[in-house]
Amino acid sequence: MQAFTTLTGVAAPLPLANVDTDKIIPARFLKTIKRSGLGVHLFDTLRYDETGAERPEFVLNQPQYRKAEILIAHENFGCGSSREHAPWALLDFGIRCVIAPDFADIFHNNCFKNGILPVRLPREVCDRLIEDAKLGGNARVTVDLERQVVVRPSGEEIPFNIDPFRRGLMLGGLDDIGQTLQHAPAIDSFEGREKSEKPWMPEISGV
Amino acid sequence: MPNTKPRTLFDKVWDAHVVEQLPDGTCVLYIDRHLVHEVTSPQAFEGLRMAGRRVRRPEGTIAVVDHNIATDSDRTQPIVEEESRIQVETLEANVREFGVPYFPVTDARQGIVHVIGPEQGISLPGFTIVCGDSHTSTHGAMGALAFGIGTSEVEHVLATQTLLQKPAKNMLVRVDGVLGTGCTAKDIVLAIIGKIGTAGGTGHVIEFGGEAIRALDMAGRLTVCNMSIEAGARAGMIAPDDTTFAYIKGRPFAPLGEAFDHAVAYWRTLAADEGAQYDTVVVLDAAEIAPQVTWGTNPEAVLPITGVVPNPADEADEAKRVQLERMVSYMNLTPGQRLTDLKIDVVFIGSCTNSRIEDIRAAAAVAKGRKVAPGVWALVVPGSGLIKAQAEAEGLDVILKEAGFEWREAGCSMCLGMNPDRLKPGQRSASTSNRNFEGRQGPGGRTHLCSPAMAAAAAVTGHLADVRELV
Ligand code: SF4
Repeated sequence: MQAFTTLTGVAAPLPLANVDTDKIIPARFLKTIKRSGLGVHLFDTLRYDETGAERPEFVLNQPQYRKAEILIAHENFGCGSSREHAPWALLDFGIRCVIAPDFADIFHNNCFKNGILPVRLPREVCDRLIEDAKLGGNARVTVDLERQVVVRPSGEEIPFNIDPFRRGLMLGGLDDIGQTLQHAPAIDSFEGREKSEKPWMPEISGV
Repeated sequence: MPNTKPRTLFDKVWDAHVVEQLPDGTCVLYIDRHLVHEVTSPQAFEGLRMAGRRVRRPEGTIAVVDHNIATDSDRTQPIVEEESRIQVETLEANVREFGVPYFPVTDARQGIVHVIGPEQGISLPGFTIVCGDSHTSTHGAMGALAFGIGTSEVEHVLATQTLLQKPAKNMLVRVDGVLGTGCTAKDIVLAIIGKIGTAGGTGHVIEFGGEAIRALDMAGRLTVCNMSIEAGARAGMIAPDDTTFAYIKGRPFAPLGEAFDHAVAYWRTLAADEGAQYDTVVVLDAAEIAPQVTWGTNPEAVLPITGVVPNPADEADEAKRVQLERMVSYMNLTPGQRLTDLKIDVVFIGSCTNSRIEDIRAAAAVAKGRKVAPGVWALVVPGSGLIKAQAEAEGLDVILKEAGFEWREAGCSMCLGMNPDRLKPGQRSASTSNRNFEGRQGPGGRTHLCSPAMAAAAAVTGHLADVRELV
């Protein structure tokens, strides 16, 4: 996983609430067995019409947002299906940070596993950032995870909160399986204790 | 020091699975059951392979194919669509390489992952259960803590049999009273989502209780917990009771004989303690719940079947008004239009929400002696091979086929546009599944969620209909 420290880039405004993961990447694109290559299908139905042509009105089709690295949206971003293809598609397109008033739980988790920073900020702050983002390519927004601030094009700094454990993993670009495996002795003894206390607990065998 | 604070069902299952608590409160949480399917697992197995890791506990893991497979074809034939075939073949290669138990498509026990877990006795009370699929919440009906995870977490569980998690908040949704005629578990859960909203449960685990929930059979409880994710909750749970134990007894992977009695003794201790505190409490009266149907493009946009399409202009909040306008236009509706005037092109009875034998019986009861309306394509897709066989043994397939329904093999089918069963652009469906998002059942498709009886009523009348007028 790529570490996330500070990101300065173009922010794309997406003032929609309840952007579900079907909208981020429709189910018909989940047939891949790889993590990469999904960026062309990001927001597929919003981005392309029935003939496959780009819808010029959609934000990511506009020249100034084609290289956007930050997305600013409204409430409950990432609700619906658990598909990690949603953050993979965002990442493959180049989005490294999503700012919204709140996120659905699984999507929020999945972002951290892929080096995408989800930043929760109150709705009125998101609306101000959306106004900034509407200025287009000249309005660069900085997201500084070390200092936990979003810097508006005006230079104004907006602090945000983040879980310290996750912040650490993001800053270090750490694989959390490796971290957890350091607890293997504790997992072993947990399993041993379960076996002796609940000997009736069945296993899936003989399938 | 013993913990004397009264605990909820969630607290108890959570506490029993904490391997270790890290300084910031994150817990290494032990996972008893890991369900694996073809769509969200390939990248996880690939990650294991690249890191030279093994599956830590294959005997706590079960794999099945469901999302991708066609439900209309001969199961012994290879899958036609190439990408789907590759995904299924990839899973088969992975389960072989890593020694994971697997139900292939030719096995009668194959079915939708959330249907077969309870059916096989793999999902049991007090367990932690995960799957790379948001509707894992279904298994909470067994009294388990069950939730969906992403593919990186699938890899994490495969490698470590644990997850890194922080405890959720507790929400109690109590449904008092008795349901009216023609109303079902599906109507209860749609009414709950209508009340608390699609983000109402965010950060919480919902425990469903109250007289109306206790009165539900296991199929109904599974339906309710299935859709707790649509209210944004991490999981839904129902305390195990005699209904649960009777359901589990004798299932293939459940404890047997004396072991079963020990298990029941433990499972009885899981119910919330007297005086347990919930962060949020919501109360509904079952008697006030009419058959529900969604009109918009998220499950919160739901109304009693007697309702009319809302007028976005009545909404004061601008952002909400814009969203309502978008829904009305996507769904091709007119404000004020009666829901029962909406003509239906397709009826889908199936999905992990409503594809159990009880659901098929309910649909057949409405279909019996009637005909699917001209121009309506209606399909019934059992949740597992065993449910299909049971329905056939009861003659339900004959009733449904005589009425003009298609009778299919088990799988996810038209719940999501990932296999050949899809809506065409502009088509309107009555569907027993759980999501009505734009394009969920196929690009441009328009979905109205409802119960199996309501879906069958729509099939035979050709429009959304109040099933109470047909029973
Ligand atoms: S039936 Fe639908 S919701 Fe359930 S697992 Fe399959 S695709 Fe997901």
